[in-house]
This record gives sequence, structure tokens and C-alpha cells, in this order.
Amino acid sequence: MLRSATHTEDAEYTFGSHRATRRPVSHYVLALGALFAAALAAIPLVYLLVRVSAANPTVVSELVARGRTLELLFNTVGLVVSVAAASLVIGVTIAWLVTRSDLAGRRAWLVISSLPLAIPSYVAAFGWVATTPLRGFWGAWLVLTVCNIPLVTLPTVAALRQSNSGAEDVARTLGKSRIAAFMAATWPQVRPAALAGTLLVSLYVLSDFGAVALMRFDAFTWAIHTAYSSLFDRTLAATLSVLLAVLGIALVYAERRARGAHTRFGSTVTTRTPVVPTPLGRGAILAHTGLASIAVLSLGVPLATLVRYLGLRVEGAIAVTAADLAADLGATVMLAGAGAAIALTLSFPIGLFAARVGGALARLAESVSYLGLALPGIVVGLALVFFSLAVVPALYQTGLMLAFAYGILFLPKALGAVRSSIEQVEPGLEDVGRTLGETQWGVWRRVTARIAWPGIGAGALLVALTAMKELPATLLLRPTGTDTLATSLWRLTEASAYSAAAPYAVLLIVAATIPTLLLTREAMAHTAPRKGARL
Amino acid sequence: MFMRTSAVVALAATTLVACSSPASETPTSEAESDGTLVVYSGRSEELVAPLITQFEDATGITVEVRYAGSTELAALLLEEGDATPADVFFSQDAGALGAVSKEGAFVTLPESVTGAVDAGFTSQDGTWVGVTGRARVVVYDAEELTADELPTSIHDLTDPRWSGQVGIAPTNSSFQAFVTALRVLEGEDAARAWLEAMVANDVQIYPKNTPIRDAVNAGEIDLGLINHYYWYRLTAEIGAENSRAQLSFLEAGDAGSIVNVTGAGLLAPAASDADALEFIEYLISDEGQQYFVDNTFEYPLAGDVESPTGLPGLGSLTNPELDLSDLDSLADTTALLAEVGLL
Repeated sequence: MLRSATHTEDAEYTFGSHRATRRPVSHYVLALGALFAAALAAIPLVYLLVRVSAANPTVVSELVARGRTLELLFNTVGLVVSVAAASLVIGVTIAWLVTRSDLAGRRAWLVISSLPLAIPSYVAAFGWVATTPLRGFWGAWLVLTVCNIPLVTLPTVAALRQSNSGAEDVARTLGKSRIAAFMAATWPQVRPAALAGTLLVSLYVLSDFGAVALMRFDAFTWAIHTAYSSLFDRTLAATLSVLLAVLGIALVYAERRARGAHTRFGSTVTTRTPVVPTPLGRGAILAHTGLASIAVLSLGVPLATLVRYLGLRVEGAIAVTAADLAADLGATVMLAGAGAAIALTLSFPIGLFAARVGGALARLAESVSYLGLALPGIVVGLALVFFSLAVVPALYQTGLMLAFAYGILFLPKALGAVRSSIEQVEPGLEDVGRTLGETQWGVWRRVTARIAWPGIGAGALLVALTAMKELPATLLLRPTGTDTLATSLWRLTEASAYSAAAPYAVLLIVAATIPTLLLTREAMAHTAPRKGARL
Repeated sequence: MFMRTSAVVALAATTLVACSSPASETPTSEAESDGTLVVYSGRSEELVAPLITQFEDATGITVEVRYAGSTELAALLLEEGDATPADVFFSQDAGALGAVSKEGAFVTLPESVTGAVDAGFTSQDGTWVGVTGRARVVVYDAEELTADELPTSIHDLTDPRWSGQVGIAPTNSSFQAFVTALRVLEGEDAARAWLEAMVANDVQIYPKNTPIRDAVNAGEIDLGLINHYYWYRLTAEIGAENSRAQLSFLEAGDAGSIVNVTGAGLLAPAASDADALEFIEYLISDEGQQYFVDNTFEYPLAGDVESPTGLPGLGSLTNPELDLSDLDSLADTTALLAEVGLL
């Protein structure tokens, strides 16, 4: 049985028609909520368009048309495509190994493969620059790939665990090779999750500044930073940023086309036959070697560099006290947590609207909300400086405005989780709820949200985790005098006080490891739907 | 669920607002002192924080400091415009001050302030004042080289004698200021030819000044182009006599011996803020200048404070053919560096 998400709309009108007059109202309210949230997410774009339109049109068109823009476009697209392709292939392979094969220590390997999420890409890049001569395109490619693979691995693991393995077994008995059987039977079921992860990777690469700057790779973000910092040319910076936003939207549409309709083989409610692990045979050695190599590249190199600097106590160096660290940790956790709550609040109406109502408006709201992730932090930061001073000056340079920036920057990470979790809730369950006399809001709250909750929680964790590592927007928007672990790390490395900076980096990684471990656990435990849904 | 999330957000919002400082009020009345001021500092907290405390103790004025990179703060100030909570911008380099000044965000400083610093080390229009000077120097490996073997001009560095032995930091703003000076003094073609010859001579690339200094001190390379105070920081830790890396100056007038400045400006909304002006005056006072000499080993630009020991007089480094305000064409410098493959 093949069912697409649009099935919901038909079902609405076959069940509980005595409430038909109220239903459009709740959809209307939902649409308004979704559009409001999307409008907030569009603040950076509005800001950029204001900046560009205030400039001389000839200047802008000359900037766009010059050869340098084409070169930046070529470099950036090349990096995005190659990192995304590598992350997709490696991420899906790891996910398959830890869920479907008989590899020893699968759970441990999943945890190890997920830990790079806790390492900021600028720390990873610093580790590589400090210990190897690797620079340029391949340096940026390597660092961004190994840091981002878990963004594909984790959702794919969750999707594999709730997919039906029976079809793949059938394909095997029909004489298909292992890869052909996987592609024919299992890939369609995990494709949306894997591609959603790949989209997050692509947008991250598009907007990353730290790694490309350290690797000295000439990408859009670097040119944007140069425009702000060496040239003080805000028109150039805004023009390049608009192009980056267009690229981001193009990626969102490309992913939507590639993803296709949400596919489910067999009911998710009935119990499934347990997965029989595929024996790897001698391939196990290859698998262990491959996983270990990735661990060395993603964790070994940056952590070894940190340990080296931790041990390096220079006389007269800046002393770091536990109190300093604790204060920064507290601020980091509180701001990242508030950012995650805001991202979740914004993503809920958009995700619910996209999953349950759909249509062109929902697609627009969803696409716009991906903008934050496509733009570099300095652009989103300056956009919120502009917005905050113009609309809510009282909140300027407060923690709330910074948390709001995190909410906008990382909204896509929450949105992907919210939408896919809601899509996995059997629409029939909602219909049952309605026939039992519950209102539409009541059904969403008591049935949909409860079943989808673990996935939504995972989205919030992912936002918090990313917000902890954020630097450029934090530097611009933080309350004067407030330091986070990331800003202290920046401050000390700027002063070349690497031994003093190392404890901050270590604490940041340790703090980010906790949500990473929770995410891993969530991915492994994933079976849908949850039994917790009470009607 | 949704309601609960909203409650969490509301709670977080209240907590965050309660524990963070709101934007400060713009002073309205004439030359008034309200006992507080906000400084945007592009100079690092490690260097500046003790001086701020010293100022607070001396004057009773409370200072709030926002630390970030000079160029990011310049971008922030341009975005904030008249709504800026900042009263003073204290910048690591003249370029960022020039950018803010160009947008008219500074007010003209009183003659008593701008006149305290010699022309050539401060702004021409009085919108900002130079605070300290940082000379471009050559550090050399004293175990490999004697004083008479040292280069006297940057043009000596393209000699095969120094192949693979010279360290530079092309992403560093002081290095870029030096390349800009080279372009201004000798022309675009000469600057490009020099950079290409350096690349052909296997010039060694480092991320910043400190690693160049350390590489020379470790005997990995013979020569490095850095700012003078990095050498003083090293010798303050290990002692000049224990340092393998030693300091030398190229001949006066060479682009490789220019002096960059740090400086401060008063932002337009703080035009009548007496506290803000007092802070800028403190930076160029004898106490302020002495602090920089003792702690950052930079050249004092005002008053009678003596330069750090061992430095040639600032006057001997003054280049009559070069004005610091000519160094604002950084865009062309970064383009040139990218063109020859150094960026």
C-alpha cells in the first residue's frame, strides 16, 4: 500500500462531516500562524532587499555581472555539491551498517559516528590547519564533510528502524543484488529522511564561514565577510548575500523535487517482522576500518590538537578559572535552550500546516523558513540589529534577541523534525479522534503532538546543539558583557592564547556531546508510532 | 503541547530580559556626565580590561565594554547608526575608524585631543585620534644570521638567499596595510612584481604574527615580517637574552617599516557625553600611554612617555611620503593578494 501525505485532505471530508463548518477555520488559523512564523524567518531577506534596493541599481547589476561573482558561484556550488554527495553516501552507508548489518558494536559505532556533531567546524578546521598542510578546496571539503555526516546518518537510522525490511527480503529472494534490493525496496522509504539531512548539510556548507576562512577557500561567505570587514562595502555584502539566499532556496526546491511524496510500505501500526541482520562476512573488516578512519578524521585530529594545547602551559599565560568556565557554560546553555524553544515555537505552525494541509502556501512558508540556515551568521546578525532597533529597541542587545536569532538561524533543523514526525502519524488516528468528538485543535494536541513528540524533541536538541556552537551572530547580538563558550574561545584564539582557549573548546564539546548522545538514543529507539497516544 | 512550549518561551524570555542589560540611553543635555559609558572595543579584552579598571578607579565612571573584532564592530556601528548604544569606538586599526568616520558617525574631537598626537599618526579631519603605534619589523634567527647579513629593504627578500626562509601572514590586517603602503609608495606594478617574486621565492605562509615569531624562534625559518610588539611579548616571557628570534628594522622610508596605529573616536549620539570624552582623553594621557608601553609594548603617540626599551624613535620611522589615510584602499590590496595566490 502506498500512501501520500495528501491523503489527509480527502480523509477530512469523509469523516465527521457534521463539523465541516469549523474545520476551515482551524486551517485558516493554522495558515495565519504559519505565515506569521515564516514572516519572522524572512526578516533577514527583507533586510537584504532593503539594503540592495537602497543602492544604485547600476552598481548592483555590475556587482552581479562581474566575473568574480561567477567564480564565487562556481566555488561555492562545487563545495556544496561535493560535501552533500559525500555526506549522503557515507551517512546512508553508516546508517545501514548500524541498523541492518551484523557489524559488531553497532550501537557504539553509531555513537562514535554521531559525536562530530558536537565539534564546531571552526575547531575541527583549526585542528587540521594546526597539524597538517591541508588547505583550500580539499581542506574545506574534508572538514565540512566529516563534521556534517551525522546530519544524514541520524535521520536515516531513524527511518531505517521504522521502515519495513520485508520488501527488501522479497527483492533479495527474487534474485536482486544486495545494493539493487536496497535501492528498490528500502531506499524509497528512507529517501525523505536522508535527503532532508542532506539539505541541512548543503545549507550549512553554503553559510559556513569558520571552516572556509581557516582553509582559505574562496567561497561566497568569505567574500561577504571581506566585503564587510576589509572593504566596509555593505551594498556588495548584501548583494552577495541575496545571491546566497537564492542558492539556498534553489537547494530547498531541488530537495523537494528529489524527495517526492512521502512513501510508506505497509502500515506503521501493525507489528513488523524483526529485522534479520545482513551478514557482512569479510566485509566487516572493511566496515570497521572505514568507520575508524572517519572517526580519526572527524574526532581524532581536532581532539588531539586540543589535548596538545591543553598540555601547553606557557609561563605568564592567561589563567582560566572554573568560575569563568561555569559562567560561560551557564550563558551558553540558557541562550541555546531559549533559541531551541523559539525555533520549535516557530516551526510548529509551519510544520503542522505543511504536513496536514499542504498546498502552495504551505510550500512557500516552508521554503522561506529555510533562509536562515542559508545565510552566514554575520548577515542574520546584522539583519536582527536592524530589525530590533527599528521595531523593538527595548530588546536590542538582550539575551532574548540573541535567542530569537538562534531561532531563525536554525529553524530548518526544528522544522524538518516537526514536519516528518507529524507526517509519520497515521492520519486515520486523527480521524478516529475527531469521530470521538474531539476538536481539531484537541486532536492535534492530544494525538498528533503526543505521537510526534520524540521526533520533535530531537529537532529541538539539534537546534540547541547548533546554537551552542554559533559565533558570528552571537558576537554581534549578545548582551554587552555576556560571554558564551564560543565567544570566549574566539576571544582567546584572537589573542593567540591557545592554551587558555583549549579548556573552553573542550567544555563546549563536552556540553554539546550531551544533546548529541540524546539524539543518538532517539534515533536508535525510533519506532513509530508511539504507544503513548491515548484517545 | 504548543501551549506548554509558549510558556517555556515566555519564561525564558522573562529570565533573559531580566538578566541582560538593555540598550543605554542617549545623552541629551549638554556636556553632561551620568557616570557611565559604553565602549565598543576592537582591542582584545586581555589587553584592555586592566586599563578600563584603572580608568574606572581613577574617575568613578562605570564602563561597559563590548568586545569584538574591529571590523565587525565597524559594521555593527554602521548598521546601528544614530541608535547605537556605544559612546566610544576603540579600534585596533585605522581602517575601521576610517570606515566609521566616512559615514559621518563620529563627531569632531576637540583640538586639545587631536593636537596631542603628531600628524601622520592620527586622523586628518579630527574625527578620531591615534592612541598607540605598531611598527612593521623583521624578526630574524640570531643563531643563523649576524646583524650585517640582515636585509635592509623588503626588496632584498626576493633574493634566492632567502628562498623558503621568509614568513608572512597574508590574512593579517597589518600585513595588508604594509602591502597597501607598498602599492601607494611604489605603484601597483611594483607591488605585484614584489608579491610574485616572493611567491616564486617560496615565501612561507602563516595564519598570524605569533606563529611567524615562534617559527623564527624555533629556527624553522630565518626571517619573519611581523609587528614589533609580538617580539616584546615573547621576550617579556622568556627574556631577551634567551630569545633566538631578534628584532631588526628595515631602512626608514621602506614600506616594510611603516607604523600602523590604533585609535579611538567619539560617536555622534555621545557628542555631549563628558564621560566619553574623558575616556578618550585618558587613553592619550600619560597614565594611559604608559599602560600601553608597559603592557602592550606599543609606541606611545602622545605626551612625554618613553617608548619601550630598544625601539628606535618614532620620528625615525615617520615616512613623509605616506599618509595613513592613504591606506584605505584595502579592497585593491586583497584583490591583488588573491590574484597572486596569497589569499
